Amino acid sequence: MLALPLLPVPDFWITQSIYIGLYALVALGLVLLTGIAGLTSFGQAAFVGLGAYTAAYLATQTGLSPWLTLPLGVALSVVTALVLGSLTLRMSGHYLPLATIAWGLALNYTMANMDWLGKYDGILGIPTIKLFGADLGTGRALHPLVWALALLAAVGCTHLLDSRPGRAIRAVKDGATMAEAMGMSTFRYKLTAFVLAAALAAVSGWLFAHFQRSVSPSPFGINKGIEYLFMAVLGGVGHVWGAFLGSAVVRLVEDELQVLLPKLIGTSGNFEIIVFGLVLVAVLKYAPDGLWTFAQRRLPARRRVRDWADAAALPARDKPARGEPMLEVVAARKAFGGLVAVNDVSFEVRSGDIVGLIGPNGAGKSTTFNLVTGVLPLTAGQVRFRGQPVGGLSSREIARRGMSRTFQHVKMIPEMTVLENVALGTYLRSRSGVVRALLRLDRAEERQLFAEAERQLARVGMADRMFETAGNLALGTQRLMEIARALATDPALLLLDEPAAGLRHKEKQALAEVLRQLRAEGLSILLVEHDMEFVMGLTDRIVVMEFGTKLMEGTPLEVQASPAVRAAYLGTEH
Amino acid sequence: MDASIAGILALDGLGNGAVYALLALATVLVFAVTRVIFIPQGEFVAFGALTLALLQSGKVPGTVWFLLALAAAVVVQDLAAGLRQRRPAARLASQALRTLAWPVGVSLLALWAAPRGLPLLAQAALTVALVTPFGPLLYRLAYESLADASVLVLLIVSVGVHFALVGLGLYFFGAEGFRNPSFWDQRFQFGGLTLAGQTVIIFAASIGLIVGLWLFFERSLAGKALRATAVNRLGARLMGISSAAAGRLSFTMAAFIGALSGLLIGPTTTVFYDSGFLIGLKGFVAAVFAGLSSYPLALVGALGVGLLESFGSFWASAFKEVIVFSTILPVLLWRSLRDPHGEEH
Repeated sequence: MLALPLLPVPDFWITQSIYIGLYALVALGLVLLTGIAGLTSFGQAAFVGLGAYTAAYLATQTGLSPWLTLPLGVALSVVTALVLGSLTLRMSGHYLPLATIAWGLALNYTMANMDWLGKYDGILGIPTIKLFGADLGTGRALHPLVWALALLAAVGCTHLLDSRPGRAIRAVKDGATMAEAMGMSTFRYKLTAFVLAAALAAVSGWLFAHFQRSVSPSPFGINKGIEYLFMAVLGGVGHVWGAFLGSAVVRLVEDELQVLLPKLIGTSGNFEIIVFGLVLVAVLKYAPDGLWTFAQRRLPARRRVRDWADAAALPARDKPARGEPMLEVVAARKAFGGLVAVNDVSFEVRSGDIVGLIGPNGAGKSTTFNLVTGVLPLTAGQVRFRGQPVGGLSSREIARRGMSRTFQHVKMIPEMTVLENVALGTYLRSRSGVVRALLRLDRAEERQLFAEAERQLARVGMADRMFETAGNLALGTQRLMEIARALATDPALLLLDEPAAGLRHKEKQALAEVLRQLRAEGLSILLVEHDMEFVMGLTDRIVVMEFGTKLMEGTPLEVQASPAVRAAYLGTEH
Repeated sequence: MDASIAGILALDGLGNGAVYALLALATVLVFAVTRVIFIPQGEFVAFGALTLALLQSGKVPGTVWFLLALAAAVVVQDLAAGLRQRRPAARLASQALRTLAWPVGVSLLALWAAPRGLPLLAQAALTVALVTPFGPLLYRLAYESLADASVLVLLIVSVGVHFALVGLGLYFFGAEGFRNPSFWDQRFQFGGLTLAGQTVIIFAASIGLIVGLWLFFERSLAGKALRATAVNRLGARLMGISSAAAGRLSFTMAAFIGALSGLLIGPTTTVFYDSGFLIGLKGFVAAVFAGLSSYPLALVGALGVGLLESFGSFWASAFKEVIVFSTILPVLLWRSLRDPHGEEH
């Protein structure tokens, strides 16, 4: 693409290609935001406008070099995105797009009514970009710059997606619980995705201003914002290269339609939006992965190279001595309005023990579990972990202290490999951020992460399946993968929420074997479980709950012999 | 500004606010029942106002052809699905007949009535009858098969529908703007304040509709079914409430409310084929104020938006839209402090 202007291509196609590059920059941001982080924005055109107007105003009024207005425009976009994001991203996902619609409209009306921004006429006579004394102009010479930036952004995105922060952004997409339990701040990564998208849009705007040499409000309106989203969705909103495909298709087809449709209909007007609207709905209904998937099928799938054999081990925490108190739950209470779901429950887990939490449906086991892991706040009482009170802490903070959990309904990123899913668990033991990921300075640490992930997979007997796509695994294997992910956090206490639910007999036996092995290695485990045979054969001690209160606590034999437990499960004779 | 100007502005703002309130209620209703953030709500307003305007001038409104085209598209979609599932021809035919009956009937009526210059109220009724079926037809075309998709996907679909409707609106109605005659030219004097009959009608219609909605949700079985679907789709389905039927009903109501709002707002401003978007979005700001869930808060928010707009246009007329849409930021701040926990997808 960089060398395209050297070929005998007509100017028309050079112009088209510049437009495609400009659009792709914006659409790339939407791939990050919508396809990867599961959020969306209809206001990307407004960020483009911010970049373009900053460049235009400063260049015409102060004569500042374009190379200085670029960082200023990007900074302005980033600040705006930070404000919008911090207002909306703590709430559910549809508030961001609504806010971006409103902000896109507000900004557009501001541009159109400010005297110093030229009102509806905009700003004219923007100088062209000069590089090492050469004037890049608005055609062949500008083309390599546009495409260099677009391709650089694409490569950066590809790098980011295959990195620690990139996996965290993916983890945010399907809800907060799992990501937070692995120690990730979902808010921070949503904000990161939004800010990156805004910055890319601002770069596109800067190029746009110097390419068109004039700016006016109309190309930055809400319709254009929706069109950018359309490009990303059409190309394939989960794929970096889909942004380029979508931009190219939209640009080329739009041009044709603008000529064809008015002829067909007989009057002039923006009738191409009818086609865009219909195609957008059709794509989401019939090909939600976009056009790029059709191209991707023809490309060879790239497999991760196992290059971490000699990577150094990740830092590990001090392991508790055997018999040391790990978890102390003291009179924990949770009330939902008038309903007391957990009523002053107390128990403890000592280092090197497997403790089972059992009880009939509705006994309050899962709520207790959520109190311990910080998913729900305590109404009263205390939870201490290794002597420190953890009641009131977020699940992120609790994870940091060495408690790690699995989920009753497996929570994973189905389209990632088993290895990458397990690597999510190493999040708190590593530190590479977005900048290091973009510049690929994180490779040494990445090797350490994957080495650790592979080691934990080997621990649960799954090392041979690490390159499989997680979503393709059977349920039992997925549960084992979750345990490996929890182990990758280097926990002192492992909490398993119904690990045997939905497993076949053989799978249960394999799971019990893995858990015994972990206990032998010194790990403490608390598990909520329904399956009596599984619990009785595995645990050291059992806590029985009924109607939110603790019914009894004892060894498996004591619990089996208890008439109260039998009554709770089977009812009493009258 | 003196008291009389403030009074005029307040009345003006509350009048527009009442219309935004209706749109906000429709938005909340549709979102609660179907999880669709229905961006094209405003399009019904424009279609309502333009349909009445064209009937007034004795022309057949483009709505007729638009409606027939939509109904035909739904029939084609149903036929394609039915043939794939190998349904018996008789059932396919009766399904098509049911889809077409109302749109074709009301279109024929419109063709007959258009040149006859019927009284304003009859034309208004015809307008509502023409625009209301857009709701269920759109739902079936765009949303029904996606009922289990995420809010995000449904939102993007809404944007696609909005694009298509605006473009088709230009095709069917043309680029010309219209201002409708007032339903009631009476003027009332209260000291220095003039209350236009049209404003009285706006208030009366809005209050009537809100009471009607309240009765519908509290007293009727269909209303309770919608509420049940809003609370828990799966649970409602297990109780025999079809979520597809609930979706169609809520879209029907949304289109009805939109058409009515178009009739109400038509005499106060010039409406173009694409005016609906901004009007609908103001209802949206109010709905966001209500967290897309509370009807009373939506009403309060809408009146607030109306007042803000009228006072904003007095102080800085060029920036009234900027002011109205920027208020979404403090509103969101307030909501995020009030309700900080996002739900799981």
